[in-house]
Amino acid sequence: MVLIYIDQADQEVKKASLEAISYGAALAKQMGTNAEAIILGTVKDDLTQLGKYGVTKVHQLANEGLNHFDARVNATVTAEAIKMAGADVIVFAHNTNGKAIAPAVAVKLNAGIVTGASALPTTDNGFVVTKTVFSGKAFASIKIDTAIKVITINQNSFGALSMEGAATIEPLSLTVPASSIKITALNKVQGEIPLSEATLVVSGGRGLKGPENWGVLLDLAKALGASTACSRPVSDSDWRPHHEHVGQTGYQIAPNLYIAIGISGAIQHLAGVNRSKTIVVINKDPEAPFFKAADYGVVGDAFEVVPALTAAILKSKANA
Amino acid sequence: MKVLVCISKTPDTTAKIAFTEGNTKFDENGVQWIINPYDEWYSLVRAIELKEKDANVTIHLVTVGAADAEPIIRKALALGGDEAIRVNNSSNDSMVVAQEIAAIAKAGAYDLILTGKETIDYNSASIGSMLCALLDQNYIAAATKLVIEGTKATVTREIDGGEETAETQLPLIVSCQKGMAEQRIPNMRGIMAARTKPLKVVEATIQSATTSIQQFDLPAAKTGVKLIDPAQMDELVRLLKEEAKVI
Repeated sequence: MVLIYIDQADQEVKKASLEAISYGAALAKQMGTNAEAIILGTVKDDLTQLGKYGVTKVHQLANEGLNHFDARVNATVTAEAIKMAGADVIVFAHNTNGKAIAPAVAVKLNAGIVTGASALPTTDNGFVVTKTVFSGKAFASIKIDTAIKVITINQNSFGALSMEGAATIEPLSLTVPASSIKITALNKVQGEIPLSEATLVVSGGRGLKGPENWGVLLDLAKALGASTACSRPVSDSDWRPHHEHVGQTGYQIAPNLYIAIGISGAIQHLAGVNRSKTIVVINKDPEAPFFKAADYGVVGDAFEVVPALTAAILKSKANA
Repeated sequence: MKVLVCISKTPDTTAKIAFTEGNTKFDENGVQWIINPYDEWYSLVRAIELKEKDANVTIHLVTVGAADAEPIIRKALALGGDEAIRVNNSSNDSMVVAQEIAAIAKAGAYDLILTGKETIDYNSASIGSMLCALLDQNYIAAATKLVIEGTKATVTREIDGGEETAETQLPLIVSCQKGMAEQRIPNMRGIMAARTKPLKVVEATIQSATTSIQQFDLPAAKTGVKLIDPAQMDELVRLLKEEAKVI
């Protein structure tokens, strides 16, 4: 059986977990077995609806103490639940919480683990998982040699496939160890789609010359409904907040569309964004290395090109 | 307070990524090696800052690797660790590395263990979480801020779409990322001092890998950029809608 860990925040199922279910369900089909899910805590969502993504059963440990994430507690309880449910493969989203507990769960189950998988495993000659390595500059195919296997799947690499179906809820009864981590503050970036979940991203670099010039980029992002990002020099200079930094030492993202404005495309930046499905580069320097990694390029002054693009998008939406 | 900082050797961020032996090995030819940036810029420097505030802090460094990791660990000592331990195991299986570090951590009874949030080569982001299970200690991943007062730790971590701050007691394992500290450059005094700081080599005890790398591949090259005239933004929008189908 393939078991998928459902991550929650603020009592809502994370979008990344729906993709993990679709991945786990496809893997289960390939292996000729079924897919089930596990969730810790209580959520507002109707969990039977997770059946649409391919699980037949959702094991729920409906303990409100688990609504606050504690890596040690969550990993301990998850590993116990997996032992009870008897899973062969456990799938997590490669998001903040998934990364924090999947390796600990692997330790507790004596399982081999591959984190950051980018495709379904091949199972005809051993269990081999492909993942991104060197911060997206290459892929490695890694064989897991243990009986139980743990995978975390890169966000936006498989897609959440909604179909028909409803899951049954199976309550779990387990002793939950007390948490010794007390959450004292929560700062959510209001009104924005988190970069990790964004399918459209507009990003700016030093070519925009200063934080006061970000208006053109923000207008474009708003017209598209995109999230905003930036290059490392921009976040290092505090033109934009740290959480917008994409690149080798910032976030590695894989949106459907990445629009880079005034970013030259240093190898460290490309490492964070080169898994984007479509890349548009706007730069006044025709020699900017980013053009080599782009699908579409515009050689021109960002302060003229970007407002024109924004206007074209608004016009296209108005005509749609 | 005893702090253990985990250090990994990685290729420089600008290193050319290529493979040899039928794409089964990373091509080390001409590669410059550095301390994994997350280990250096954030974990190690934060540990040094804690020591600068409190002289009772001792910093031990641990690396799991072959003898060619020693220049990296000397550089880390030049930045500020008190002593270093190299476990002579060149496995690249996270589970093996974590078990080796756990053995060092148990023997040293550390109050605080710091790792980078991931290494920039294998990007596993696994060691801190594995140590959490192996040592049964609290773990906070992807931290951007760490304050220690006595035995109390206040840690801010990244969550999807924001940050969360929590309080807990030591001992604690923290994986560190941007925001935690600012990059430093070792000074001459540090470099001289590092030459005589203890660097202990411990033989490997864990051999049983759980995973094995079968093959590396480079991503398919882009077929070539399609240039759009700056005056033709309607055309770019059309291509994004109809050809790329992304908006």
